[in-house]
Amino acid sequence: MTSSISYIALKTIWIKECTRFLRIWVQTLVPPAITMTLYFVIFGSIVGERIGEMGGRPYMEFIVPGLIMMSVITNSYSNVASSFFSAKFQRNIEEMLVAPVSPAVIIGGYVGGGLARALIVAVIVTCVSFLFVDNVSIHNLLILVLTVILTSTLFSLGGLINAVHAKTFDDISIVPTFVLTPLTYLGGVFFSIQLLPGIWQTVAQANPVLYMVNAFRYGFLGVSDVNVAVALTVIIGFNVVLFVTAYTLLKRGAGIRS
Amino acid sequence: MKALSIRGLKKTYKGGHVALKGIDLDVEEGDFFALLGPNGAGKSTTIGIISSLVNKTEGQVNVFGFDLDTQLSDLKRQIGLVPQEFNFNQFETVQQIVVNQAGYYGVPREVAKQRSEKYLKQLSLWDKRNSPARMLSGGMKRRLMIARALLHEPKLLILDEPTAGVDIELRRSMWDYLEAINKQGITIILTTHYLEEAETLCRNIAIIDQGTIIENTSIKRLLATLNMETFVFDLAPNDVDDVAQSLQLEGFNWRAVDGHTIEVDVEKSQGLNRVFEQLSQQKITVLSMRNKANRLEELFVNLVEKGRQPAAAGA
Repeated sequence: MTSSISYIALKTIWIKECTRFLRIWVQTLVPPAITMTLYFVIFGSIVGERIGEMGGRPYMEFIVPGLIMMSVITNSYSNVASSFFSAKFQRNIEEMLVAPVSPAVIIGGYVGGGLARALIVAVIVTCVSFLFVDNVSIHNLLILVLTVILTSTLFSLGGLINAVHAKTFDDISIVPTFVLTPLTYLGGVFFSIQLLPGIWQTVAQANPVLYMVNAFRYGFLGVSDVNVAVALTVIIGFNVVLFVTAYTLLKRGAGIRS
Repeated sequence: MKALSIRGLKKTYKGGHVALKGIDLDVEEGDFFALLGPNGAGKSTTIGIISSLVNKTEGQVNVFGFDLDTQLSDLKRQIGLVPQEFNFNQFETVQQIVVNQAGYYGVPREVAKQRSEKYLKQLSLWDKRNSPARMLSGGMKRRLMIARALLHEPKLLILDEPTAGVDIELRRSMWDYLEAINKQGITIILTTHYLEEAETLCRNIAIIDQGTIIENTSIKRLLATLNMETFVFDLAPNDVDDVAQSLQLEGFNWRAVDGHTIEVDVEKSQGLNRVFEQLSQQKITVLSMRNKANRLEELFVNLVEKGRQPAAAGA
């Protein structure tokens, strides 16, 4: 009885979230296509031709998984952060708080929305890459799908935690600007960390995005700078930590109950 | 059975502001109950705690026997909340808002859609079902919040200032609707600043001020405590220009508002007949008569002032 009620509530939040980002598709789905096209043109076609090969693959092929993962990360995060904060700001989060919806269901619904948007964007960016890369092969579909789902879940949870703490709209842009962007750019999207001098290779391994990009790249190309099993363990570990954090915050009513 | 039972409810906000100082309150099943109080008295905090939007500091809350601390999900299912502020997503359509709300309570989507037709029609919003909420008028938005609160078919409906900023015609139609659903068995708790609204609709009343319940009784019993009322008489002009100036009323305190209008203080034991007798003897025709102030309003002001006296004296 309770589980079927929770399932209906979960489905409702998920449908509401998907309806939201599909209603404003010009703001949510079109920009990644345009941005990634520019990345492919500039870094792939123009600069990439002078770089030659990286990780044993043409540079254009090398950056495709990284750019898809970059879109997945930013879209998961911003979808949940902006939607949850808007609900807080307009106070329609109260619709859920007065109802018998558990924190886990709220998290599941919002993360599900972030995941849906991220997967749609991933498909769009993959389609865009077909315009620039002749042969997009898939080395290991299971790793590929698992990595994209886990990464999207992780950053959706991150967006949710950010939105819970945020008091103004500025607060939800601070983390993407000062944390996500540097981590993503330094996370091996455009280069192999084997190019870095000794100590910096070790430092780079402290960046969680590195594991996501490389696990995903392994799924596509079969090449990775890190052990894939370690990468998946790291991603799952971060997911657990962020889920527990988000659950505790919602259970306590932090930022949403006085 | 008690629809609501509150014992020793206290709330102190983070800044140290004490909103509730330990209130006790009971509302019987089927009642139409008014919770009145001046701004900042603790009404919204009380409602916030009952509907679990505000964390309590101390005390117990039971709704239809379900405890807030141990049976929260069951308790939430009993309640429909109509908040004071519009708190729906302005970009969603009317039907999306009510159907989603029902979904949060576990009502399957198809059932929710059927119910949305019933409630949106009852509240004259069916034609607007596909309109974004931001396109609705203020009155429509208020009705939308009532429809949203009813879709999971709660046993207790809590309305926080439901007719604030609503025109008279719409207010009356909302009263009719609330009376009708109360007759169908839904217990209603209402906070309002329109004391006429409480007097018209509610059977029982609690007055809260500075975090304390200062009165909790039936409206009838409360009104019976009113010893004196002031009536305003509009008098017909006759051959004397200033009717009020030549008037004599023995045994009553009275004053002239203008040449054709007087105010008369009538004690409960006196009755109005003696006023009319004296006016007839002086061949003065009464065109109309009304209470000077809303009776409940008078009582409310007296009670709040009385409740504040010891605090003021001690300060």
